[in-house]
Parts: sequence; structure tokens; C-alpha cells
Amino acid sequence: MSVVLEARNIVRDYHVAGSLFSKGRTVHAVKGVSFTVDKGKTLAIVGESGCGKSTLARILTLIDPATSGDLFIQGKKVDIAKGDLTKDLRREVQIVFQNPYGSLNPRQKIGDVLGAPLVIHGNVPADERRDRAMAMLKKVGLGEEHYNRYPHMFSGGQRQRIAIARALMLNPSLLVLDEPVSALDLSVQAQVLNLLADLQDEFNLTYVFISHDLSVVRYIADEVMVMYFGEAVEYGTRDEVFSDPKHDYTKTLFAATPRADPASIKARLARKRAA
Amino acid sequence: MALLEIENLVVEFQTSAGMFRAVDGVSLKVDEREVLAIVGESGSGKSVSMLAVMGLLPWTAKVTADKMAFNGRDLLRMSDSERRKIVGKDIAMIFQEPVASLNPCYTVGFQIEEVLRFHLGLGRSQRRARAIELLTAVGIPNPAERLNSFPHQMSGGQCQRVMIAMAIACNPKLLIADEPTTALDVTIQKQILDLLVKLQAEHGMGMIMITHNMGVVAETADRVVVQYKGRKMEEADVLSLFENPRSNYTKALMAALPDNATGDRLPTIADYFKDGTEIAGAAVS
Ligand SMILES: Nc1ncnc2c1ncn2[C@@H]1O[C@H](COP(=O)(O)OP(=O)(O)OP(=O)(O)O)[C@@H](O)[C@H]1O
Ligand SMILES: Nc1ncnc2c1ncn2[C@@H]1O[C@H](COP(=O)(O)OP(=O)(O)OP(=O)(O)O)[C@@H](O)[C@H]1O
Ligand SMILES: [Mg+2]
Ligand SMILES: [Mg+2]
Repeated sequence: MSVVLEARNIVRDYHVAGSLFSKGRTVHAVKGVSFTVDKGKTLAIVGESGCGKSTLARILTLIDPATSGDLFIQGKKVDIAKGDLTKDLRREVQIVFQNPYGSLNPRQKIGDVLGAPLVIHGNVPADERRDRAMAMLKKVGLGEEHYNRYPHMFSGGQRQRIAIARALMLNPSLLVLDEPVSALDLSVQAQVLNLLADLQDEFNLTYVFISHDLSVVRYIADEVMVMYFGEAVEYGTRDEVFSDPKHDYTKTLFAATPRADPASIKARLARKRAA
Repeated sequence: MALLEIENLVVEFQTSAGMFRAVDGVSLKVDEREVLAIVGESGSGKSVSMLAVMGLLPWTAKVTADKMAFNGRDLLRMSDSERRKIVGKDIAMIFQEPVASLNPCYTVGFQIEEVLRFHLGLGRSQRRARAIELLTAVGIPNPAERLNSFPHQMSGGQCQRVMIAMAIACNPKLLIADEPTTALDVTIQKQILDLLVKLQAEHGMGMIMITHNMGVVAETADRVVVQYKGRKMEEADVLSLFENPRSNYTKALMAALPDNATGDRLPTIADYFKDGTEIAGAAVS
């Protein structure tokens, strides 16, 4: 089996400039993280809010450089500071941002948002662009009526699906998804997760899937990495991590998952009445 | 008297393809100390109906209702200046997309303090102390230092917690929380939900909790409204909803939980209604 993505000891520091009232400081957002992802597999990353997941996602997708450490994509070392970022690589590695609104141009209609990458990367003619954009809209549960709307005219979950659709337009081989289903109802979430699974089966796509939802992670992941304050504190197959968590933070995480069974609901309501 | 009472709310948008009805006759009410959860389809009008209550929809939206009253006062017919005094203070909202809702040009400390200055008229040092207290309450480490951060220097979940801090800054009587924990891991989610429940007990705050997370519904709600295509499909107390969902839509929605995956596929609403049953057919309330 071939390794599509390898991270070796990735470190990322942010230097925050001081102001009149405060002195500058350094935030150690990612502190030496290493992992590999095989072709056609899904690595899920979970962890505390602020532990460095999105920072790592931007490094893996060649948007931001690492402070130190090495990144290999399909066996080749990639250093964006050295100009290794080719047009091909830019197409093959895509990201779905955690904050879809911020990644959409407010003055671009959704049809154009989806079609634009096909212009840059393939010179696809206009009517084919339109057809492919329409087809992709339907795959993520949106419709033709949405083609001519601007980003602000959508609901949160609809924008999240637009971001996923855009990332899929170029048939990437490595896709990093940062909280891609957090704004979706269970049925649309199921539709999107099924779509990702189908694409993985058909084209051997490789996913890095960041999520706070442990039931989604359990469903989608082959391997799981748990991050805590910039470090990978747990890393193993899905079954290893879920059935035998080693690190205290992982155990705390599993214990804090809300419970939706009638007995727990009854107990909570009784506590509220007593208060 | 209910804290918030809405009857027959309709919201329509002008679009290039004509008028689009996003909210189609929704009625609901919330009492003091009560948590009403709104769940339902993505795009079913949950956020739009609450933005209508806040008076924050764009001009392309046409809002009508038979009644929209807060504490017995008619929100639709009060003057703009009267409404501005209530919105953000007595009625506060945690917006769904936190990073987009914060102003990128100002530090988070400035943005929280601005709420305290505008609505409570607090002086500089009191504002700062309260802002630190709020960031501490939502679990942001090094709060004093963090007041100087700009939104882009914080993670998605940290921005979400800043939004929560701003919304609870003035101890609102009604808190509208639109997907307030989507960017939080379950440990911090728990801390935030506990905080909101504590505010309810201490100040009698009423709350509307919009969420796709059935666990959050189970852990916070008293009553639940289920929405689909702009309409209310079902309203039930929380226990009945989980034990005995009545509308077709609710049953199908619950069936799509990832834990119910059969083999490799997750069931969707479309799978559930393969036999041609009308999804929205049997609205119950
Ligand atoms: N400015 C606008 N112009 C036209 N249509 C709009 C506008 N804003 C929202 N809509 C539409 O109104 C409907 C309701 O949107 P709303 O944001 O209330 O959905 P929601 O239930 O909150 O969904 P989600 O769970 O995805 O956040 C959606 O179909 C959306 O596309
Ligand atoms: N541009 C920046 N400048 C300074 N600090 C930053 C910057 N971006 C992120 N940080 C800090 O780095 C840490 C990691 O942030 P990151 O966004 O990677 O977290 P995350 O794991 O994605 O969290 P969440 O689950 O809340 O989205 C946080 O403490 C954050 O405040
Ligand atoms: Mg993040
Ligand atoms: Mg919404």
C-alpha cells in the first residue's frame, strides 16, 4: 500500500506582535506531530478546541509553512518556502475550511464559485462547467435554484456544503476536511458522508477528517489521532482508540459525550425540578 | 405571560427567481427558565426565524407575524431605538458562524467591552474586569492576555466562545443560541452547557437552543420544535420526542444517526421514505 501523506515532526509557532500595552509572545500551536496516511484511507483528528488542528490542516494543504518538520506528499518532500508547490499539487490537495463563510468571495455567485477552479486548472468550456457545477450541487443536497445565489443568501449548513462541493470539483486525491459536517442535520450529514465514502471507493481518495463529533469519527475513520495542546497524545486504528483509549484526555473526551437515552433525560429533568 | 411568543411568523426573501418563503407560518413560545430546542433540516428557516426576532435580517426579507412579543411587548411595532435597547441586552443571540460574526478589525477584548459600554454603561476598569471574568467563564486560557487577540489569531472554537461571552455579557432574559457548540470538543461543550444552565437557574434566563446535535437536545431542552422546509413538523416535550417521535420527518431524522449505520451506508431521509410516504405529510403539534 502506498503512503499518500507523511508528516514528520511538524512544528508551528505563531509570533504575536506586542502593542503599546502588551509584550509580544510566541504561541506553540503544533509541537512536533508525526503520522502517515495510506492511499484510500481516512485519518480522523480529534482534540480540544484550540489544540492546533486547523493550524495543522493549513500546513498539510500547503497554505501555511511549518516552522520546522518535513512534509511528504506521495513520497516527495514538499517545502512551500522552496517553491515546491506546483499547479498539479495545488489541484490534488484540497481543503474544506472550518469557516466556510470566510473562504467564499461574497461577490461571486455559487455557480461561479464551483466553476472557477475548472477555468484555472483545466480550461473546461463554459457549458460543461455549468453541468458539472449543477451535478455537484445536487450531490450535496442543494438544487438548481441555488446556482445564481450569492454566499450570504444561504444557511450555515448550505454554505458548508458549498465549501465541500468546491473542494470536490477538481477531483483531488488528498482532501483535508476541517469540521465539514458540523452544521448539517443528521440526514444531510448522512448524505455527505455517504458521498465521501463513495468517492473514496471509486477513486481511492485519501482523507484527513477533523471533527469534534465522535460518532462521526467512529463511522468514518480508519485511524484516529487525538491532539491535546499541540501534541498527538494518542494515535492508532479506530478500534484501538475507541475500545482501549490510553491517554487521560481521550478518556475524558469519551466520558463527556452527551447522552441521549431516556434514562439520562429523566435524571436531568429531575435534577432541574429539584433545583 | 410567556417570555417570547411568536404566532404565524412568515419570512420571504426577494431572489432573482422571485419570492422565496424561508419561514412558513411558525408559532412558538418560551417561558422564563425554559429551554426550547429547535432542530430540523439544514435550510429549514431556523436561523432566519430567530434573526427576525432580533430584527437583523437584510432588507430583502419581508417579515410578517400575527404576534411577536417579548415580555408582552410587541417587537414588530416598537420603534427602532426602543428595539435596539432590548436587542443585545435583554434578548441576546449567539450567532451560528462565529468567525464571520466577529469584527476582524478589532480585538476580542474591545468587542466584548463595547457591549458592556453600550448596554450597561460600565467604566473602563469595570469593563475590563468583567471581560476577563467572561472569558474565564467560557474556558479561554490566559484571558487577560487573550483580550488583545484579533479574531484571526484565535481558533474556531475560541471565536465561538468569545461570541458566547458577548451574548451572556449583560445577563440576558432570553438567550437565542444558534448552534453554539459546533466548534467545541465535547469536554468544553459540556463546560459551556453547564454554564448556560447555571445562568438559567441564577437569573431565570429563558433559552432557545438551535442545534443538529441530538445529544445537546437531550442534555439541555425542556421542549423541542422540529422544523422542515420552513414549517413546524412537531412539537413535544424532550422525553416524548426521544421515546416516541410522532411526525414522519422526526422519525426519519432520528434514523440517520451515525450510530445506526448499517454496513457501509448511513440511512438518509430519502432512504426512509423510499416507499413514497409524504415526508411533510403528517405535521403534528
Ligand atoms: N438573504 C437570503 N436570500 C434568499 N434566501 C435566503 C437568504 N437567507 C437565507 N435564505 C434561505 O432561507 C432558508 C432558511 O435559511 P436558514 O438560515 O434559516 O436555515 P437554517 O434552518 O438555519 O439551516 P442550517 O441548519 O443549515 O443553518 C434557506 O433555504 C436559505 O437558503
Ligand atoms: N494567526 C495566529 N496568531 C496567533 N495565534 C494563533 C493564530 N492562529 C491560531 N493561533 C492559536 O494557535 C492555537 C491553535 O489554533 P487552531 O486554530 O489550530 O486550533 P484548533 O485545534 O483548530 O481549534 P478549534 O477546534 O477550536 O477549531 C490556538 O491557541 C490559537 O489561539
Ligand atoms: Mg479549528
Ligand atoms: Mg442556521
